[in-house]
Amino acid sequence: MTVEAQPGVYWPPVELVTLTIDGVEVSVPKGTLVIRAAELIGVEIPRFCDHPLLEPVGACRQCLVDVPDAGNGRGFPKPQASCTLEVAAGMVVETQVTSKVAEKAQVGNLEFLLANHPLDCPVCDKGGECPLQNQAMSHGAAESRFTDHKRHFAKPVPVSEQVLLDRERCVLCQRCTRFSEEIAGDPFIELLERGAKQQIGIAEGEPFHSYFSGNTIQICPVGALTSADYRFRARPFDLVSTPSITEHDSSGAAIRVDHRRGKVMRILAGDDPTVNDEWISDKDRFAFAWSRQDDRLTTPLVRNPETGELEVMSWPGALAVAARGLSAANGVGVLPGGRLTLEDARAYASLARDVLGTNDIDYRARVHSAEEAQFLQHWVLDMAHVGYQGDLERAPVVAIAGLELEDEAATVFLQLRKRARAGGRIVAIASHLTRGLAKLGAELIATVPGQEAAAIAGLELNPDDVLLVGERLAGVPGAFTAALAQGARIGWIPRRAGDRTAAEGGCLPNHGGADGRDTNAILNAAAAGQLGALIVGGVEVNDLPDPATARYALDKAFVVSLEVRASEVTAHADVVFPVAPSVEKAGTYVGWDGNARSFPRVLDTSALPDARVLRGIAEELGNPPRAALAGGAPTTGPVRSNDEANHDFGAPQVEPAPMPVLKSGQVVLSTWKQLIDDGRCQDGQPEYRATARPAILKANATTLAAAGVEAGGIAVIGTSAGSASFPAVVDETMVDGVVWAPTNNGQNLGALGMCHGSTVSLTPGGPV
Amino acid sequence: MTQLTPVLTRNWADDRAWTREAYEARGGYQALRKALDIAPDDLIDQVKDAGLRGRGGAGFPTGMKWSFIPQDNPKPKYLVVNADESEPGTCKDIPLMMASPHTLVEGVIISSLAIRAEQAFIYVRGEVLHVVRRLRAAVREAYEAGYLGDNVLGSGRRVDLVIHAGAGAYICGEETALLDSLEGRRGQPRLRPPFPAVEGLYACPTVINNVESIASVPSIIDEGVAWFTAMGTEKSKGYTIYSLSGHVRRPGQYEAPLGITLRELLDLGGGMREGSQLKFWTPGGSSTPILTAEHLDVPLDYEGVAAAGSMLGTKALQVFDQTTSVVRAVLRWTEFYKHESCGKCTPCREGTWWMTQILTRLDAGEGREGDIELLLDLCDNILGRSFCALGDGATSPITSAIQYFRSEFEAGLTTPSWELFPPDRSTLFGQEVMA
Repeated sequence: MTVEAQPGVYWPPVELVTLTIDGVEVSVPKGTLVIRAAELIGVEIPRFCDHPLLEPVGACRQCLVDVPDAGNGRGFPKPQASCTLEVAAGMVVETQVTSKVAEKAQVGNLEFLLANHPLDCPVCDKGGECPLQNQAMSHGAAESRFTDHKRHFAKPVPVSEQVLLDRERCVLCQRCTRFSEEIAGDPFIELLERGAKQQIGIAEGEPFHSYFSGNTIQICPVGALTSADYRFRARPFDLVSTPSITEHDSSGAAIRVDHRRGKVMRILAGDDPTVNDEWISDKDRFAFAWSRQDDRLTTPLVRNPETGELEVMSWPGALAVAARGLSAANGVGVLPGGRLTLEDARAYASLARDVLGTNDIDYRARVHSAEEAQFLQHWVLDMAHVGYQGDLERAPVVAIAGLELEDEAATVFLQLRKRARAGGRIVAIASHLTRGLAKLGAELIATVPGQEAAAIAGLELNPDDVLLVGERLAGVPGAFTAALAQGARIGWIPRRAGDRTAAEGGCLPNHGGADGRDTNAILNAAAAGQLGALIVGGVEVNDLPDPATARYALDKAFVVSLEVRASEVTAHADVVFPVAPSVEKAGTYVGWDGNARSFPRVLDTSALPDARVLRGIAEELGNPPRAALAGGAPTTGPVRSNDEANHDFGAPQVEPAPMPVLKSGQVVLSTWKQLIDDGRCQDGQPEYRATARPAILKANATTLAAAGVEAGGIAVIGTSAGSASFPAVVDETMVDGVVWAPTNNGQNLGALGMCHGSTVSLTPGGPV
Repeated sequence: MTQLTPVLTRNWADDRAWTREAYEARGGYQALRKALDIAPDDLIDQVKDAGLRGRGGAGFPTGMKWSFIPQDNPKPKYLVVNADESEPGTCKDIPLMMASPHTLVEGVIISSLAIRAEQAFIYVRGEVLHVVRRLRAAVREAYEAGYLGDNVLGSGRRVDLVIHAGAGAYICGEETALLDSLEGRRGQPRLRPPFPAVEGLYACPTVINNVESIASVPSIIDEGVAWFTAMGTEKSKGYTIYSLSGHVRRPGQYEAPLGITLRELLDLGGGMREGSQLKFWTPGGSSTPILTAEHLDVPLDYEGVAAAGSMLGTKALQVFDQTTSVVRAVLRWTEFYKHESCGKCTPCREGTWWMTQILTRLDAGEGREGDIELLLDLCDNILGRSFCALGDGATSPITSAIQYFRSEFEAGLTTPSWELFPPDRSTLFGQEVMA
């Protein structure tokens, strides 16, 4: 099924307005602001509060221009703020280039702004990339006439653990407060006091815990907002910048990685209007130190059969040991994990199929199902169904199921919020109205986890509508079947950047119609001795549906591990190869929208990508390297060849599961991984980690009362594998008999075998 | 000699004038009964024909403002009365609401009927607690009498009125900041357009009028357009309250036709105090450029004062005699603007902060070469560059004072104002001599 682009439907003809700026006639779309019309003729009017992605506010008064004719033959008696003035036909504008009035107004305003500014540029993080500094040089007077007393504030003030505020540097442009309210929906910072004492602040005891707080640092036109992490660490002109793609979710958000002398110093949002505008989540921005922790692997390790310890080994030696072990095994299963680039994914697939001759490969280190694999092959990976990020901006209705966007794809959340603010209708199938869903103005279809299939079946979507589904639905029989039956455009948004990437790269067991073992089956077979060896990439044991069986299988099999840092898998492995994290290799991630986005290598280290290691194993196994095992080269063009896609999979047909029968004291668990949690790709950033949402359990009052749990007291959820306890908070949007708790925030529910839809016991744990 | 024309002030001295009983005894709420029989558009036309202009300072024709309300807009319409009287020297609305709150309440009901608002608000500055209580009592009495509520005097029309106490910010007298404050937000001026008539309170069509403007409406309906237009001058019709204060024998509220002169008002007020000559005065509060004795015969209407280079403003006539230091007076006013600048825009926020420091130096006789030119240039960089009129108003006393009394500012380079003008001579009350 394809949707034809209809000319004139999505892009109506643009009405142009012609005006004169500095004697130059220019035609711009109706509604354009004068400040941006001027940019088109090459005139940059200085500005601070103006930001093209925020509503105009006209607060800083820096962009004043003279308007001798407003288009009606009459001029404005006073200079006008060009950031709030819309163009009009016949309007005449004189900027600082041609008007002494405008020039004096701008010079005078800059003098005012600098009067109370500390002028500490030599020690300011922003120095060198500061709009105030730059515009003071380009549009200001050489010397200030201000010789009196500057206003002083204590500084810096933390508005959160991560974001620090220097009130003396602040020019009160309100970009940060406007971003937080308009874009993020988190109005946790606000103007306080008045006059020259006006300042940005937070409510007492309510820190700026927004998932998007870092964007305010980036759009601050002065050095008033700095990050605890980067403050005083580097000067902008010492940094080398590399455009890249986020590794933390499947949004494909553009980022800019700034490094100095082999060390990433900071990450900024890149500019991709179709994906992330100029915004990224705090995870994208601050979680980059994980790959330089003390447990980073730097050399191959081989287990000494005599001592049982891993010992350093040369590359040729380790490759030989790995090849020997794999050859000796009665079968090899391949678990590449979800952090792969497309190039690495293809290498794993090629090693499995071409070299080892097996289809027992599955990248899914999470809940998965055959229904999901068929859904992915039938719909997601079919080039005919490639969606556009723009679909989200046009769809009359966007429905969400099994997906908490703010936590699992924060940049997509912002896109959808933009749609919601423009009047789009958002419908969510979820256990409760989360903060994220509330910010989307979503209508909640309250659903017991595991029962989403029936809720999806009741949606009544049209072909223009979009249904966004998450990876959790793999644990809900019939959900993908029901989703396909809706006939709407479907966006499958997995949590990790390498998820769809690996599916595109051929790392599903049913790739091309093959009938390989999936992750569960591979681990079960290894545990039963039917597969003697495992090649494991980036897999966390507790992410797997059955960690206990996985541990047993890893113990029993000959394990070749490819990892960045020591992990539970490397602890079980017989051969460990160090591989490069994404900043140390070039590669490609395929976003949820099916677009492949390549990124260059940032840090020039000796670390090897997975593909290069796999080629070494293949060569050691005596096989000539295949094209996919060549490794390294970034991908352009279609990510799959046609012959791979020729197999007709057909839509999955799976019946929904019945509602579980709950015994007294049992509830159904709703859970997912929050954006900021204990995930290992966030290690090494304590300030960032401190801004995580508190780990709490949510349930409605009836559910808590039935279990004898007091609101504000401790609730304990348990399975036979163990229990976890959280402070209980009443949320009346929760469905009866359901509790929500974070998967990996302080306690790892995956380790206890708990996942979305699990039946767990709920008991009181006493007062806090 | 122009005579006083007490209309709004005529019952202020009555026994318990603030009660409904006393107000009705004077014919109160008769205008409302008349208005209920007049079509809303005709009410607007009567106010238009009367030529009533906004008494809050800007002088915009009230009836025209009402006619801007898009009646085809399905959203609710609101009437908001700006009772946030805070301008230095201005003191007409608060005595009016204190003495005769029912005059305002009746005006609110009639005006709401005219613009078809079913909900009205009076935004009073919170510091005047007694006034807030009197207004609330008057509203309660009006509900009891059926003047307010779901069915105004059995007409089937609804008018509800809420008295809202502000938290004490001068900026909230700016109408869009007032709306933000009324909505529970931080009171800072809004970007226009959209204008309040189209998207005001809660983004609904809203009329915002000054207390005195609304309080004048019942008299127009009751006495007729011809009666009203017989008073005043060609373009400034009717009567208004002039608030006389300062070095005058009998300060107070003088209600007279527009166009009366300060010379006449001073005569009515018993002249300047003993042994004193007029030095300078404000026609309408501290935001209007000061005038001097040469302007004693300027007609105090919108056009007359504008022609003299100032503004009629709120008709707050602060009169200063020869004992007063202009520099000190201007410093006090500038300190007020520095304190009340909302902080939203750069020129007002930083400019008032800066100018206060320069004026403090000049007041202390520690001025520097070039300070006067610097002050004038800073005013030039604020006037017309700030977001709202607060910044413009802050420059008025400075530029006008330097225009008329430059030598006093020059003296500030060498001599403290308290040596040239000992404060105990200008103070009105002996015990308030400054240390």
